[in-house]
Amino acid sequence: MGAITLRNVSKAFGDAVIIPGADLEIAHGEFVVFVGPSGCGKSTLLRLIAGLEDLTSGQILIDGEDVSGVPPARRGLAMVFQSYALYPHMSVRNNIAFGLRMAGMPKEEIDAKVARAALTLNLTDCLERKPRQLSGGQRQRVAIGRAIVRQPKCFLFDEPLSNLDAALRVNMRIEIMQLHRQLDATMIYVTHDQVEAMTMADRIVVLNKGVIEQVGSPLELYNTPNSLFVAGFIGSPKMNFISGPFAARHNAATTGIRPEHIALTGAGGDVQGAIMLTEHLGADSFLHIDAGEAGRLTVRAPGEYGGKPGDAVALRFDAARLHRFDSQGKVIV
Amino acid sequence: MARAVPLRRKLIFTGLAWGCGFVIFFPILWTILTSFKTEGEAVAIPPTFLFFDWTLENYGVVQERSDYLKFASNSVILALGSTLIGLLIAVPAAWAMAFAPGRRTKDLLMWMLSTKMMPPVGALIPLYLIFRDLKLLDSHIGIIMVLMLLNLPIIIWMLYTYFREIPGEILEASRMDGASIGKELIYVLAPMAVPGIASTVLLNIILAWNEAFWTLTLTTRNAAPLTQFIASYSSPEGLFWAKLSAASTMAIAPILVLGWFAQKQLVRGLTFGAVK
Repeated sequence: MGAITLRNVSKAFGDAVIIPGADLEIAHGEFVVFVGPSGCGKSTLLRLIAGLEDLTSGQILIDGEDVSGVPPARRGLAMVFQSYALYPHMSVRNNIAFGLRMAGMPKEEIDAKVARAALTLNLTDCLERKPRQLSGGQRQRVAIGRAIVRQPKCFLFDEPLSNLDAALRVNMRIEIMQLHRQLDATMIYVTHDQVEAMTMADRIVVLNKGVIEQVGSPLELYNTPNSLFVAGFIGSPKMNFISGPFAARHNAATTGIRPEHIALTGAGGDVQGAIMLTEHLGADSFLHIDAGEAGRLTVRAPGEYGGKPGDAVALRFDAARLHRFDSQGKVIV
Repeated sequence: MARAVPLRRKLIFTGLAWGCGFVIFFPILWTILTSFKTEGEAVAIPPTFLFFDWTLENYGVVQERSDYLKFASNSVILALGSTLIGLLIAVPAAWAMAFAPGRRTKDLLMWMLSTKMMPPVGALIPLYLIFRDLKLLDSHIGIIMVLMLLNLPIIIWMLYTYFREIPGEILEASRMDGASIGKELIYVLAPMAVPGIASTVLLNIILAWNEAFWTLTLTTRNAAPLTQFIASYSSPEGLFWAKLSAASTMAIAPILVLGWFAQKQLVRGLTFGAVK
């Protein structure tokens, strides 16, 4: 089991308050992603759960048991670090076996478990190598192997893919998701990459300046963001924000519309503008449009859009998909 | 492209380097040479350099008059003992300061170093009295403690510098893997810091071996190391240069050999972190 509860968890370093107070329930088997810009406290929150940082106040419960004062070694969690943090002086085999040896498991049992983990992660051929002789992807797998072999209650991932190149990152992302399904364990995953968050998570926790802005499934956050911050952070390309008279007509301080919810029409429409730049991605085209009083807007057009810079276009907004925010940045329902 | 260094410049610099090296080494060389001379030749003016009647007589006399092995084994006990105990204290101390620094860690380090700035003679009388009252004079354990405390700031500083180079995440990973603090130190930190610990140990052994002030004042016979052995040839019956030189040569020989074999490690250790 691996249910984790945060009760009014706060962390301050001296006078600097990193996390003013966070409440969160994570059910067993869930894949939860903490996402936010750098410095938002997501790694600190993960390290608090791990026990690598001491709580300033509040409580952390694992399976209903208060572990706030329990050292990391006895929380039964496993962590994969951004830098992999492999033991450089040990072979891959000993890296993976280290946790089991610390637990005092008999040697035959350790060997069997290491062999099984190596097989799962495709590492059987490099068990006798040292970490420095491995590629980035292999090191990452060793780090994961070290975590899974102990069959922890919960896995903690701290930006594990940010040191890998783009192609490898996509592969590892899929491997981690498959692993989650096989192991049926709770996973908490920290990233600043909203694409990783959207593709991997059962539930996303969006953090901003140490505060949990919103918790929800990827599509909940995409469809019904409850603040300007979440609306701008989730989705790529970013949601268009329009303030001023246009917003005022909709009784809001700011209105938001995603690039994919704007249609190009021949004439009329909600706003008119001129194409400034077109980005061709093959399946889609992103048009950057100067829309006068509505400002600069990004529009997603399917396929290969033929328009040239300077062409006049009319835009129609999908009214059901228009988000309205008050002057505090909170959503108006 | 590497710039070609003119041959003449190369020769000049090589010559200068050898010259400096020779000047530094000369007193040691002279001591060794003198140890093979007769007492008369040792004080002859002008001094003879290589062409004299080489003799082993001094070594014979020195060995006959005093028990070299007794002094040498004391030196080994004191140097190794103080290094070992120093290490047991310094590793956890440096670990704490490198990986869990507090607000006062930097001040603490500076304070420890500042104790090395005080002239040792300032502490002589109180320490002597303490030793006398605790019956520690001329005892191994007493001198080991003094030598250990004397070098502790340097050991902690050196280890601290090495440990700072080790990524903290690796230690955190071991904590997540269920290692207690003791196991973390033994299985993860120590093996990774082996080069640093080795240079620290070597330097500390050399410093402890050579330490003369405290060993001369706090020992007489039982715990007397080689520094006493040398000193015993300099006083009562006047100076016997050749015998003093023979004693000195015997005292420095082990550390000279150790230094020769460990020089690579020592240089690497002392410049660690400086070039990266």
